[in-house]
Amino acid sequence: MSEPVASYRFAVNVTPKPGILDPQGKAVERSLPHLGIDGVSGVRVGRRVELSVAAADEAAARAVVERLAGDLLSNPLIEAYEIEPLPVAEAAG
Amino acid sequence: MITRIGVVMFPGSNRDIDAFNALRIAGAEPVLLWHESADLGDVSGILLPGGFAYGDYLRAGVIARFSPVMRTVADFAGRGGPVLGICNGFQVLAEAGLVPGALLRNEGLRFVCREVALLPERLDSPFTREIPARRPLRMPVAHGEGRFYADPATLDALEREGQVLWRYATVDGEVAGPGNQANPNGSLRGIAGVANAAGNVAGLMPHPETASEALIGSDDGLGIIRSLVVSAEDWSSTGSIAIGSRPAVMESAR
Repeated sequence: MSEPVASYRFAVNVTPKPGILDPQGKAVERSLPHLGIDGVSGVRVGRRVELSVAAADEAAARAVVERLAGDLLSNPLIEAYEIEPLPVAEAAG
Repeated sequence: MITRIGVVMFPGSNRDIDAFNALRIAGAEPVLLWHESADLGDVSGILLPGGFAYGDYLRAGVIARFSPVMRTVADFAGRGGPVLGICNGFQVLAEAGLVPGALLRNEGLRFVCREVALLPERLDSPFTREIPARRPLRMPVAHGEGRFYADPATLDALEREGQVLWRYATVDGEVAGPGNQANPNGSLRGIAGVANAAGNVAGLMPHPETASEALIGSDDGLGIIRSLVVSAEDWSSTGSIAIGSRPAVMESAR
């Protein structure tokens, strides 16, 4: 029999690197006066990807997510990413 | 023998037939390369056409990058074969790391579909050699993610090494940086197209294949398509791409 496999749930948060012009963030900022909100600046729009990985342990699962995050979910020239472990209960569905 | 140029068809490619048409006008025989096939057949050059490969989900070009055909295209490029990516094809090449830089969301956030003026930086490269003169070329752009980005040190290096092949310009031929009306997307230093270090792989956002017949408004793009064809002829007969007396492309590409 192979090793026991468990399911691990993660979020990958991808954001534009500092210094990269983010026109989406600028558009959000420009809309704030219409909402009567002031004092908000530095808006940066990114992307969040949630996923489940079947692996022998959490370290192995994280290694898969690292590879996925660096190769596919982000472009290292322009984006940074953070991996966030999620409670497995969120994996329903 | 007539030169055969492969045109890669991804799910979502939509300028493939325009590329076929332009290659025929330029005297080549276009050959369809299916994205799931890793077999290039006997082509001596490759064109990655425009469109929305794999729906452009996640980031334009990134999912196409992992398709079977792209492994073979990377191998072909590594052997020094000429590869030209147009629009979405440029995005695929950039995501694959076969050309430098990245293509970001247009500065104005809108999809831009209009004619631009494109100034060739040099006429002695494998993808500009058949352009008759260094003057602004009229051709369309049609993209939402075309803002060329690289960090300042990389931009300096690209300029120093002659890897910038085309820039957006005014109709008078003045280079159009970000903020200039003639720059459709905010590309840094007005860069519209670049080549890899070896010179045999290049990409550009504007559509030379759509400007290949005077009948449809402009044939200014034909020089770029012809350049690909002539460089492919070079490569298939000698194994390198020579322009004038010197090799334009180093034998050990990449």
